Amino acid sequence: MSPETAYPVAIFFAAIFTNNILLSNYLGMCSFLSVSREIKTSIGLGVAVIFVMASTSMLNWVVYYKILIPLELEYLRFIIFIIVIAAFVQLVEMIIERVSEVLYTALGIFLPLITVNCAILGVSLFMVIREYSFIESFTFGLGSGIGWFLAIMAMAGIRQKLKRARIPRGLEGAGISLIITGMMALAFMGFSGMLPIG
Amino acid sequence: MVSALLISVGAVSGISAFLALLMVIADATIANYGDVKITINGDKELDVKGGKPLLGILMEEGIFIPSACGGRGSCGLCKVRVTEGAGQFLPTELPWLTEEDKAANIRLSCQLKVKNDMFIEIPEELFNVRQFRSRVSSLRDLTHDIKELRLELIDPAEIEMLPGQFVQLQTPEYELTDEPVYRAYSVSSDTKDRRRIELEIRLVPNGICTTYVHNYLKEGDEIIFNGPYGDFHLRETEREIIFIAGGSGMAPIKSILLNMADEGSTRRARYFFGARSTRDLFLVDKMRELEEKLPNFTFIPALSNPEPDDNWKGATGLITDVVADHLESGDNVEAYLCGSPGMIDACIKVLTDKGVPEELIYYDKFG
Repeated sequence: MSPETAYPVAIFFAAIFTNNILLSNYLGMCSFLSVSREIKTSIGLGVAVIFVMASTSMLNWVVYYKILIPLELEYLRFIIFIIVIAAFVQLVEMIIERVSEVLYTALGIFLPLITVNCAILGVSLFMVIREYSFIESFTFGLGSGIGWFLAIMAMAGIRQKLKRARIPRGLEGAGISLIITGMMALAFMGFSGMLPIG
Repeated sequence: MVSALLISVGAVSGISAFLALLMVIADATIANYGDVKITINGDKELDVKGGKPLLGILMEEGIFIPSACGGRGSCGLCKVRVTEGAGQFLPTELPWLTEEDKAANIRLSCQLKVKNDMFIEIPEELFNVRQFRSRVSSLRDLTHDIKELRLELIDPAEIEMLPGQFVQLQTPEYELTDEPVYRAYSVSSDTKDRRRIELEIRLVPNGICTTYVHNYLKEGDEIIFNGPYGDFHLRETEREIIFIAGGSGMAPIKSILLNMADEGSTRRARYFFGARSTRDLFLVDKMRELEEKLPNFTFIPALSNPEPDDNWKGATGLITDVVADHLESGDNVEAYLCGSPGMIDACIKVLTDKGVPEELIYYDKFG
């Protein structure tokens, strides 16, 4: 593989493992903690996150490099990215509701939740800071989505087990979840150095 | 500097306007489900625009499904049976539906969007139910723990109801509740007067609605209620009527008596009202007035624990004993009871022992 094709692939895997957006940057914690109670809902939210992250990273790349840069309005990227994400999510929700009832019951109600998921905005902002190309932004968005999905699935699996565990009262709920998230982050640190990019 | 300002404002507005336009177009095309038909109880048909939740669509058509949270999906009250056209259960409905509900196709109407023709079933009495805005015209103490609340209707300006029916009063968000709560109270006024209603509300310690009415509500305040509900009303027969009530159970019976007086009824009627002592007794003058107007009506208040200072000369003892003493035979009698579940169950036993058929004992139980 030439470096031009290899780099996006490396970014993809880095986003899943070594630079997992949730476990290394602690982004997207609110929906991660509140929805990870059951595996079924976690899958729904996770898939929705993958889709929205991959799409909005491309959309925001176009908006940033084709509109904001030429107009020298880079400093407006926060507000513009949020508006684009919100509108996109709303549109997708409408389309899914119209097209597929099955998909809507599985994903539909998670989409509005995603609008305020900071990991989505985080992906668009990292893409700018790290000066990714269009293809790289896409693989980064997709990889981050899959990484987030993996993390919430792992968490949901652990929490299913936790239901039967005897946890000190003071740590029940968010407390033990945060501790576990920290341990998962430590475990994921084992992946670092596996890939040539940071 | 100025141009930079203009460019930035222009860019943000431009992008926002473009996206807003996109949303408007999407709303008119993707989210447009066209005209759909809702068939209610197999006979009533409504032609409506699809795409919105069932609860709101029904409300626009003047059919009011009781709901406490206003369509946020957090109270679980607005259940409706949808026999056809509903599709799958939504994750937002599931927390409120039992297995029986699901088997019977019960749906949460605030979450369920109308996208195609639908067949639904709702109780007939809900067709007359409306939500009313009203103003407190008077609020006074009847006893140490019962208040009489008079409400003047604002919108709609009139309510049509049968004497003995009840309404649900809305308690807005305040210290004891962070979302609106509804509680049922019987109307105690003459239902011929359609512009106002009167309720009798006993203070329940830590009761959300009763505490609000007793300690927070003031004359002149606006309050929302919906109704009318219930089938506790006088049956048109020739039998003698036995009314039995305790505490704020006075309300529906007073309403029935006022209506009987309007109509110049000559039916034989006796009203047993139970209280602990004279401090729990109220509206005795009003009842004596009704005795004048209704030739065959007698009011029999009974005290279970009269205080020495009360100088009580009337009936004494538990209301069940007083009824048993006064009622010679249950033949040709029908009974209307209103009060606490314990009182009602005890009275039903006394009445059936006297030979009153159970199907002629009507009651309004409240907890």
